[in-house]
Amino acid sequence: MKSILRFSGVYLAETATTVGKKESEGPLSDFFDSHEEDVYFGTDSFEKAESEMVRRTLNILLGKANKKPEDISLILGGDLLNQCVATSFAVSKSQIPFLGLYGACSTIIESAIVASSFINGGLVDNAAILASSHFCTAERQYRFPLEYGSQKTPTSQNTVTGCGSYLLQNEQTSFRVREAVVGKIVDNGIKDANNMGAAMATAAVDTILRYFNESGAKPDDFDMIATGDLGIEGHEISLELLKRCGLNLGQNYTDCGMLIYDIQKQDMQAGASGCACMATVFGGYLFKRMKRNELRNVLLIGTGALLNRNSTLQNESIPSIAHLIHIVREEI
Amino acid sequence: MNKKEYIKYAESRAKKSNCIVNCVKAFLVGGLICCIGQAFKDLYIYLEVEEETAVILEAVTLIFLAGLFTGIGWFDKIAKQAGAGTLVPITGFSNAVTSPAIEAKTEGFITGVASQMFIIAGPVIVYGTVASIIYGVIYFFIT
Repeated sequence: MKSILRFSGVYLAETATTVGKKESEGPLSDFFDSHEEDVYFGTDSFEKAESEMVRRTLNILLGKANKKPEDISLILGGDLLNQCVATSFAVSKSQIPFLGLYGACSTIIESAIVASSFINGGLVDNAAILASSHFCTAERQYRFPLEYGSQKTPTSQNTVTGCGSYLLQNEQTSFRVREAVVGKIVDNGIKDANNMGAAMATAAVDTILRYFNESGAKPDDFDMIATGDLGIEGHEISLELLKRCGLNLGQNYTDCGMLIYDIQKQDMQAGASGCACMATVFGGYLFKRMKRNELRNVLLIGTGALLNRNSTLQNESIPSIAHLIHIVREEI
Repeated sequence: MNKKEYIKYAESRAKKSNCIVNCVKAFLVGGLICCIGQAFKDLYIYLEVEEETAVILEAVTLIFLAGLFTGIGWFDKIAKQAGAGTLVPITGFSNAVTSPAIEAKTEGFITGVASQMFIIAGPVIVYGTVASIIYGVIYFFIT
């Protein structure tokens, strides 16, 4: 069965990122377009704050790409809130046709794959994709109230407050979306919602192996192979499992969840997670490095843990998924 | 590697919380909270409150302080270090009620605050009451 989807005329035009306070205090601070100190983003609830954050990011994207809302054919994206409301409220005023997508923390890559398919098929000229997460809304939904006095385990990860939005189009730019692999659900039996790295690692391994086996590419062909939010724990597991399968990934293999915070100084246990993790790290940090010509050939593997509160309470395991896209810088 | 082997592998490599350090911290902070409680009791007795009432006032004071510290955002920072030290005394119960109440404000006073307030403490109340009923029945038949 063929795994790799090949696109012939899909280009990444621009990215925009907004992050919260902790993210702006991390090592990638300078790479984000905007940050907000107030967890409420000037609103009166965390949920509204997340929508406001998405709205701002979308506006920044339109500004940077020099487009008006009516120039955008389609918005695709989602968030972690029930029924993806953060995104729905955020895009409601824009009057741009919208498809809501949910892939947990893989949402940005899932959106990129669907958008690329629309563009490649000639159905639309361009599409804005986005994904957001907010630490406070995620804690409320998946864990405990913010002020509740609980302790975190060493394998737990911190949800990124942020939003990343990218513009994909059929008009040529230097950044081509070349290939994609749609992930399969992998359920390895892990039930611990505080060890999502271990739950998602095998999904990432499956997708990476399928890509390398079919494409015949070698790890050294890439300047960067980045997973979404496996964290330290999941990253190390995936590295070992890939090695056991005969694929040795080197220094160029990293995880966005290990990059956004200073894990020691900011006391972030196993690192970062959340839809915004990959969305902001690629949109801010990696894409800017591609623009500077420091990176030319990048594999992004968005990882998602598809659990909810009830499935955890019902003692179910965590079904996970990993989608891949390959972006290359080509001189025009 | 099958599922069982993978779960074993993942569990064996996952770093565990440092049990000894956590126990020592919990012991010290929990002990300190109890000392503070005792100090309040002594203070109330010194102020010529009857001992039985002083004990109740002591608990009320600790509940109030834990609620206040939750509201101003200190409690979770202390609890992050202290763990069971803040959870086990009556302070933990106070925090378990006030923290969801604060957060549910945005969903209204009835459907939010009032209904969410016992989301963590509820099981303690339910099973605490059931246990006391069972105890009462046994006590009734023994004596």
